[in-house]
Amino acid sequence: MHPSSLRTKKTAGRFVADEPLWLRILLITAVYLIIGLLILVPMAYVFWQAMAEGWEGLVKNLWKDPDTLHSMWLTMTLAPLTVVLNTIFGLAAAWTITKFKFPGRTLLVTLLDVPFAISPVVVGLMLVLLFGMQGFLGPTLREWGIKVIFAWPGLLLATMFVTLPFVARELIPLMESLGDEEETAAVSLGANPWQLFWRITLPNIKWGLVYGMIQCHARAIGEFGAVYVVSGHIAGETDTMPLRVEKLFQEYNNPGSFAVASVLTLMALATLFGKYLLEQYIARQMATDAVE
Amino acid sequence: MSISICNISKQFGDFVALKDVSLEVPSGSLLALLGPSGSGKTTLLRIIAGLEQADSGHIKVQDEDVSQLSARDREVGFVFQHYALFKHMSVFENIAFGMRVRHLKDAEVRPRVNELLHLVRLEGLGNRYPSELSGGQRQRVALARALAVKPRLLLLDEPFGALDAKVRQELRTWLRNLHEEMHVTTVFVTHDQEEAFEVADRVVVMKQGHIEQAGTPQDVFDHPATPFVMDFLGHVNVFHGRLEAGQMHLPGFAMEYPEYQHATSRDATAYVRPHEVELDRTPQLETSLPVRVVHVNPAGPVTRVRLVSDAFGAAINVDLSPGRYRELALRPGDQVFATPKRLRVFLPDDYVI
Repeated sequence: MHPSSLRTKKTAGRFVADEPLWLRILLITAVYLIIGLLILVPMAYVFWQAMAEGWEGLVKNLWKDPDTLHSMWLTMTLAPLTVVLNTIFGLAAAWTITKFKFPGRTLLVTLLDVPFAISPVVVGLMLVLLFGMQGFLGPTLREWGIKVIFAWPGLLLATMFVTLPFVARELIPLMESLGDEEETAAVSLGANPWQLFWRITLPNIKWGLVYGMIQCHARAIGEFGAVYVVSGHIAGETDTMPLRVEKLFQEYNNPGSFAVASVLTLMALATLFGKYLLEQYIARQMATDAVE
Repeated sequence: MSISICNISKQFGDFVALKDVSLEVPSGSLLALLGPSGSGKTTLLRIIAGLEQADSGHIKVQDEDVSQLSARDREVGFVFQHYALFKHMSVFENIAFGMRVRHLKDAEVRPRVNELLHLVRLEGLGNRYPSELSGGQRQRVALARALAVKPRLLLLDEPFGALDAKVRQELRTWLRNLHEEMHVTTVFVTHDQEEAFEVADRVVVMKQGHIEQAGTPQDVFDHPATPFVMDFLGHVNVFHGRLEAGQMHLPGFAMEYPEYQHATSRDATAYVRPHEVELDRTPQLETSLPVRVVHVNPAGPVTRVRLVSDAFGAAINVDLSPGRYRELALRPGDQVFATPKRLRVFLPDDYVI
């Protein structure tokens, strides 16, 4: 959801008042029931299972298992690194697409959506076919001593591919709506491109950028399919948190599995909370803009 | 600093924005580029500023060819129609921006910004944000911001276009006074002829990418070079008829036009301004046209009268001074006589006397 779509929230309540009471009650109850059944109950169950052996059990399952510990470290380094790289890419892509007119521009915008459209498993497979030992580039890279598949670089590539569009997708409409008036003014006042970016462009897009980064981070933490294919499941080496959850579950280690799952869920909730705070902030900004 | 615009042409795809435009702007003058939308006036302004690149031709500022300089290096103050203020910066920082990017010390920036805030009469508003200002205040901030870096030229793109009539009037006078104080060579774009005449000391009328006429406001208004200028610079009555031996003949009446004394008659179009027609209860001349009053609008500095000539069915607009209106005591339906005092006839270019 784009921050600007928050504007419509205020008027949305108006329609409800026109409906008969019984229909309102029915619909609201249905919504709570579905959300409860599909989201709240399973989430609560994750925490309940994780705490099945009490706090000590949870700590033991998380801290005393070196492979689990490693998977947490891996995810918590991979995700931020992905966010940083995709932020740089997203800024560059949004800048290119909104500032320059060139052939194939619309095609590029469409191509940006490819990672959202392709199944992550296929993404993983493509990477294996390209960088694997029997793959197109694999043997050459091997000679240079670079291992991509079943190694850390493959995990990074897979996560990056899947989360590539988030920042760019958020920035392109935003930068288009901002136009270039302020930037033209800055240039005529003597700003160089560097000053232009840091003093004018970035302050104008910062909240959209943070929003895109948050979404990118949330997706990077939870990525399973693409990473599953390229990781090779080497415990203590290429297992990320989602992979670790699955592996422990397959090994009938339910408390261990749910312990990692609860940490993952907590991280997701924290991201959501960050997103919520940001949305509140943007809505407030818009309210003050609207008063003017 | 004077500006020389030499043979500038610019095309956007198939659209010709400017074709072979040349113009001299004397140092210290205040010049208005006047024209309807699509006439190329804003494009010309942006080319002077370096915000747009001309396809051919060059721009000189005080004998220095600046055509190849980027907008950043042209030392031009540009004011945009919609202000283009930096929303996330206070008024103070907006004005200081040009100095900040030049890495001037705070000790230099502060007094200069305060001086400018005083100049644009916004003392005490330095800590406000653009969203907390009125339209007129925002445009003054934009002007102060453009002046902060002591530009060689000041360029304004429809600076008052987005403001309401009263504020616009105030700002026009204010800009005129400011120019008197600063004497920066200034070019501004407008589609409002009143604004151009009131503020500028030179007016350039543009149409479809070329200059129709350039001169002082009085020159241009009193001696329009083409029917377009005549029409664009105010209300006008148009008569189609035949020109012959010092008279313009129309069905049912004639007007004196001593400038044409040839015996050969030819088709021509005559233009008469509403304030250059006199109305009388009795005919002034043999050739005065009998007309019937249709509508009278006495609101405003002149009384606008709409009349119709039953002889040839054409409507005529006449502006009367309030004094003359009271004398005549016109009412709709009255029969009066119209006598054009001054008419202009534009003959096609191929005509050789």
